[in-house]
Amino acid sequence: MRKAAWTVTAWAVGIVFVFPVLWMVLTGFKREQDAASNPPAWLFHPTLDQYRQIFGRNVTPYLLNSLMASGFSTLLVLVLATPAAYALSMRPVGKWRDALFFFISTKMLPAVAALLPIYLVVKQLGMLDNIWTMVILYTAMNLPLAVWMMRSFLLEVPRSVVEAAAVDGAGLGLTIRKVIGPIVSPGIAATALICFIFAWNEFFFAVNLTATRSGTAPIFLVGFISSEGLFLARLCAAATLVSLPVLLAGWLAQNKLVRGLSMGAVK
Amino acid sequence: MTQAIATGAAPAGARAVTQPKRADARDRWARRLPLLPALIFAIIVTQVPFLVTLYLSTLGWNALRPGERHFVGLANYASVLTDARLRAALVNTIVLTAGAVLVSLLLGLGLAVLLDRRFPGRSVVRTLLITPFLVMPMAAALLWKHAIYNPAYGLINGLLGGHTDWVSSYPMVAVVATLVWQWTPFMMLILLAGLQSQSEEVLEAARVDGASARQVFTHMTLPHLRQYLELGALLGSIYLVQTFDAVFTITQGGPGTATTNLPYEIYLTTFRKFEYGEAAAAGVVVVIGTIVVATFALRVISSLFRMEEGR
Repeated sequence: MRKAAWTVTAWAVGIVFVFPVLWMVLTGFKREQDAASNPPAWLFHPTLDQYRQIFGRNVTPYLLNSLMASGFSTLLVLVLATPAAYALSMRPVGKWRDALFFFISTKMLPAVAALLPIYLVVKQLGMLDNIWTMVILYTAMNLPLAVWMMRSFLLEVPRSVVEAAAVDGAGLGLTIRKVIGPIVSPGIAATALICFIFAWNEFFFAVNLTATRSGTAPIFLVGFISSEGLFLARLCAAATLVSLPVLLAGWLAQNKLVRGLSMGAVK
Repeated sequence: MTQAIATGAAPAGARAVTQPKRADARDRWARRLPLLPALIFAIIVTQVPFLVTLYLSTLGWNALRPGERHFVGLANYASVLTDARLRAALVNTIVLTAGAVLVSLLLGLGLAVLLDRRFPGRSVVRTLLITPFLVMPMAAALLWKHAIYNPAYGLINGLLGGHTDWVSSYPMVAVVATLVWQWTPFMMLILLAGLQSQSEEVLEAARVDGASARQVFTHMTLPHLRQYLELGALLGSIYLVQTFDAVFTITQGGPGTATTNLPYEIYLTTFRKFEYGEAAAAGVVVVIGTIVVATFALRVISSLFRMEEGR
């Protein structure tokens, strides 16, 4: 009996929390007049009109820009963070602790304080509205997170295994490829996922540094704010579309999520 | 499932100490080399802009009046520190961050307790609960503003009736509620990991000794969760203090300055008023404030470190 009550409560709470998302997805399949009805329309003829309109308004370049900015920045983050994490864990530099805290402290600096100089420099270099500017900024944004996370994964590599490889005469390259690599590759995947999510969702730098050419997915969404007339159904369809990649990735990797979000502190 | 707060400082620290004293320069550089690219990149992209901000903050520079760029010393700081808008923004930032962090932490704790027990469909419910966190923040903000709060066709009025304009009547609550909805799953995940790292045997022993469920929770679970609560609060604050999307979308900082937080205020100063000098000075003030708060926060992280080493 108590178990039944517990089950019902948990399910009810879960449904309440997910309801706005459900409503967003449903509304995306409505006609505009159904979406704007009061009381809310529960029964309606589903339509793909909104999605057709969104692709008609050329959402594709925005999605591709987001994919590029998130994908390349994630790659660059991994290339920079993995060796750094190695130098902060397996074969640590003298002041590894200071370095570690330096990285985390850059995460605490408010982005807004860096916006103006970054804007001016980027403008000077003629790199406004350029996707590579976003790649660099997203790399800097995710680097501390990735260093901490990768470090926590590298620390899990048993020292004895690495030493045994060295005794057997394996060089550093071989050890990394054959011994460390396989152990930490799930960690690398988890780190990549988290970095991708944060880059995909980023709005602040995107809205201030991009325009039509390299606008990312959230910028496409903002375009609806100024729309005249009814736009709720179209907005919900677009919001569903741009959230979908992260939703899918997050659902699939939910066991890794907590470790990434806590920068490796919670396993 | 073994879960623990582990920054794993101990083995690495021990290794650093046992380095031979005459570790020659070459070895030290070999150790540093893999670190350098990331370090240099981070310094160039995050520290240099701050130095530039420092320089800009001494200029009287409005981009709408080109050519009138001159050194004004600390004048910008004087106007920033006496600016009522900025003080309001500071208060709003604190209210918004603290409100969102505390409420999502409490709700997250409740949800974590719910999910800590086995019941049919637990993994499905967990998937449902983390979903809000995965929605793009901009999409979430737009969704709440238009589909939920809208007075004419929003979901709240649609279900409850009435014509309340939620965003203009309760602007701060509207923003915080949206953030809480997104961040509760984050807190839940961290606290759930904490709950599941408790030793089942110890809890069982307490129950056998006659402790009530409530006693077990307040005397054993909560103290155990303390570091997880701290971690959640810390990480949540780092992200939420920079809230921009929700303010930008839901209230545009209004009505008046009711929900203008520091990021949004500085954004306005930069890209709406084009007061570059003042914006830079405000940025410096924010950074100094952040450093003060961050020093405290880093101490919390350090204590988590030490806890690990003491094991």
